[in-house]
Amino acid sequence: MVHGEFWTIKEFFVYPNEYIYWSIQIVMYPFMTGLVAGAFVLSSLYHVFGVEKLKDIARFSLVFSFALLPTAMMPLLLHLQQPLRGIEVMMTPHFTSAIAAFGIVFSTYGMIVAAEIWFVYRKFFVEAALALREKQNKTTLETLKSKLYPILTLGAWDISEHALEADERAVKRLAAIGIPVACFLHGYAGFIFGSVKANALWMTPLMPVIFICSAVVSGIALCILTYVITMELRKILYARKRKNDPALPTNDELKSVEIHVVTMTCKYLVMFLILAISLEILDLVFRTYTAVKSWDILRAVIYEKDFVKIFIMQYGLGNLVPFILLLSPGLTIRRAILATILVLLGVFMMRWNIVIGGQAFSASFSGFMEYVLPIIPHDMETFKEGLFGALMVIITPFVLFFGLSNIMPVFVNKSDTH
Amino acid sequence: MNRREFCKKSLLIAGGLVVPLSALELFNPERLLAEKNDKSKTRWVFLVDTHKCVGCGFCVKACKTENEVPYDANVTRTWVERYVITNDGKAHIDSPKGARDGFQSAKLDQNHAGMEEIKEEDIAKAFFVPKLCNQCENPPCVQVCPVGATYKTNNGVVLVDRKWCIGCGYCIMGCPYSVRFFHPVYHVAEKCNFCYHRISQGMKTACVDACPFGARQIGNLKDPKDPVTKVIMNERVNVLKDEYGTKPQVFYIGLPREVK
Amino acid sequence: MKSHVWRPLYVALGIIALLLVLRVFLVPNDFGVSEQGYMYGWHRTSNEAEWKKVTVKYKGSEACKECHEKNYNDITSSPHADIGCENCHGPLLNHPEDPEKLSIDRNRELCLRCHLKLSYKTSDRGNLKGINPETHNAGSKCVQCHAPHNPGQLGQKQEVKK
Repeated sequence: MVHGEFWTIKEFFVYPNEYIYWSIQIVMYPFMTGLVAGAFVLSSLYHVFGVEKLKDIARFSLVFSFALLPTAMMPLLLHLQQPLRGIEVMMTPHFTSAIAAFGIVFSTYGMIVAAEIWFVYRKFFVEAALALREKQNKTTLETLKSKLYPILTLGAWDISEHALEADERAVKRLAAIGIPVACFLHGYAGFIFGSVKANALWMTPLMPVIFICSAVVSGIALCILTYVITMELRKILYARKRKNDPALPTNDELKSVEIHVVTMTCKYLVMFLILAISLEILDLVFRTYTAVKSWDILRAVIYEKDFVKIFIMQYGLGNLVPFILLLSPGLTIRRAILATILVLLGVFMMRWNIVIGGQAFSASFSGFMEYVLPIIPHDMETFKEGLFGALMVIITPFVLFFGLSNIMPVFVNKSDTH
Repeated sequence: MNRREFCKKSLLIAGGLVVPLSALELFNPERLLAEKNDKSKTRWVFLVDTHKCVGCGFCVKACKTENEVPYDANVTRTWVERYVITNDGKAHIDSPKGARDGFQSAKLDQNHAGMEEIKEEDIAKAFFVPKLCNQCENPPCVQVCPVGATYKTNNGVVLVDRKWCIGCGYCIMGCPYSVRFFHPVYHVAEKCNFCYHRISQGMKTACVDACPFGARQIGNLKDPKDPVTKVIMNERVNVLKDEYGTKPQVFYIGLPREVK
Repeated sequence: MKSHVWRPLYVALGIIALLLVLRVFLVPNDFGVSEQGYMYGWHRTSNEAEWKKVTVKYKGSEACKECHEKNYNDITSSPHADIGCENCHGPLLNHPEDPEKLSIDRNRELCLRCHLKLSYKTSDRGNLKGINPETHNAGSKCVQCHAPHNPGQLGQKQEVKK
């Protein structure tokens, strides 16, 4: 069967070769990239601009951003018809294409995040390596770790006050470089769409800016959500473990979710949310007002075919409701959680409405295409570009984060902080 | 934050911006943008006479066989559209299976919306329009290929490298004429290439040979004696969607404004 | 440059070096920029020759004339003169070796490609003789009454070979 035929329903006149070629994975790509960029920007708010109140969440969101990183690339590889040839983007890049720079920007960004994490955790790596070296009767895991940590130190064993200060300066610098790179990484994901002149819905110079703003929104939202959930989970886990090992810290000693961290972060979330919505509305108003040739079909898609997805799910549930939830006085953690979940839904729907919505009409402007998400896979293609492929992409960062948090401490106990 | 710190940080950010941008300077631009000296003696172009086309679809049939596009797959390198304009000015368009079997019904295939019946007395005008790759002078599909797997030859034909294409689909998205698709067997981008294997050995394309009515012609625009060139130069011809700046090289005689 | 701060940079440079080495092995030698410039001519130059090697399947009616001269003359002196042999008989390929026998398409649908009545006056289609397949001897093959090589005369029943 032709690629795309399985999940495309055509209506009226559509060119014979037109299908929804870019499906769920291309929705996931800007969504996940957005989370990466957003999480990094959040961590940089502390490192660069010294927003002290974000100190707790900064370290967490930095590691989380690193865990999210591979999942920005994953959907792209999953959607390629020839995934094994993906490396060619690095081998023979054709820079007149917006996609060509992906490999380079992505790797640059990955290295910056990795380096920043290295500087943050170098002291820990050295201490852990030294501690494990002396320890007798190591378990298998500890033997593995005793091999891993010396590698992770990259041979820099100096943890004198002077060296640590140098580390801190490096973190600051990397965070500063990282912000524009993160924005570039994501803004140009917007450029990939915005520069397609053949697509009437995508082609707008606002696209990269809209993408960056919504990226930061979704990144912050996910960080708040994961922060709260992991903090609570930790409490439950420790409570269970403490039954066997009373030496473990008690609930009071563990740092629990602090409402001031959440409130502060939510403020930034609202700020970027306002910016993102204003730009999106500007785009819509502009299209309505100028009403160029493509407007007839776009209006049919926006106000009729995709009305529920755009105005109810994206703007209503995804933007308006969290707005009210976050701005009404006396923010509680529970309300913040609900709001962040809705914000994530809103940003996801925005990606969906752009990627799928842009293919919802024929380039002939005389017909429509509808995307039916494959749920039960019956071959590789419907798995990759179906519900389970998307779920796989969503789960991966959490698995990676779990792995990373075993290597380096993401959370700080109350007694450790100063 | 005081002013001094602010300046310092701003500089840091600006410096940071330079890093990704400098990554784009991997190649020597002088070598890359080698002067476009146009020495080629050939520029393949196509000429379609919409008056002559009767929608038999022999061109589509021949094309699919000649170019090894699976016959029953619902994609095709060339296709024929039927336009029926009713007295109320509305355009009704269809192209069942790309007109591989011609048009087997007077009703119009509206896909999911079913078959549309139009009364004979309501028809103001009706005609057929064959479509194929426009082998644009500024092919947007080539511009957006991230790996250099599609390119324009010196005689103007746009080809796809089946061994190098990664199948990202950006070229399919970038084509305003929707002539590209994924080949169901090779799983790479596929498109009409004016039967490159035929024209390079002096033959006509399979669709031109298959057309009993002379609705399709291929010619060399650089040859002033070529009958196709004469028509393009001396008669009133038009192209599809020139607003995209692609400079399409498939010319149409009698192209009505309703054509999409 | 002795500070440990530069260590991650060395790792990064190592990765870049690795990629550049990899590039030497993975990129075909003939990959480069053609006369069309970097925008339109960045490709593997030997690919053009690969496309030229595609097998030609349709050889044109002149190729049929050599062996089937009578049939060729019949149709070229009939109103069907412009219809190429291969449109109904299929692509010649390497006939008579491969395939030994061409399969003729005798379905009604083949004739209906042109002779389904569509009164489109603004197109040449409106001038072709057409029928309504639902009322015109539905179910019968056209060749039972009409000879495709000489469609002018009716009732000239042609032998239908299997």
